[in-house]
Amino acid sequence: MQNKSVKLYSLSTCSHCSSTKKLLSECVVNYKIVDVDLLEGDERKAILEDIKKLNPRCSFPTILVGNQVIVGFKEKQIREALGL
Amino acid sequence: MDANKLYENLKKVQEPKGYYFNRNMDTVMELLEALLVNKERYGYMACPCRLANGDRDSDRDIICPCVYRKPDVAEYGSCYCNLYVSKEWNEEKIEHEYVPERRPPEKMAF
Repeated sequence: MQNKSVKLYSLSTCSHCSSTKKLLSECVVNYKIVDVDLLEGDERKAILEDIKKLNPRCSFPTILVGNQVIVGFKEKQIREALGL
Repeated sequence: MDANKLYENLKKVQEPKGYYFNRNMDTVMELLEALLVNKERYGYMACPCRLANGDRDSDRDIICPCVYRKPDVAEYGSCYCNLYVSKEWNEEKIEHEYVPERRPPEKMAF
């Protein structure tokens, strides 16, 4: 089990995002998920600004493992970042 | 409209054009359900793998099938979501690469 902070920016409707959620639920104890499509107004705007700093294309899923940013459900990269 | 009906309707129209549903039916049904969620939410079937703006005109390029499907299936054998694929992709005659986002960031109206 890893102890880096893990944050997932996702969409509630996206299949790559749900695959990522599944992987995290199986491997990671503490992680935070933000389903951006379910946010509205200023809250959404603020989160999008955060995501753009990590991933200018603002695509989903965007995964932050410690300081490492992974764009897309790239299982191998995610596992490596998690030290699995 | 439920996802099964949507599947049947789309299959009839898209297969003759050379766009096949991913042979992984779990993925397909999940995505079709998500398209129906977006239809309910926005009034049109915005791509479930992209953040829709909610304005039909600015989301026009990502209404499924999106305008990026053609170049993505031509280059990678699959659309961005892995919903529509080529025959070769389904038959694993080509590598299943992760399809990168092709939509220009400036198209995102937020």
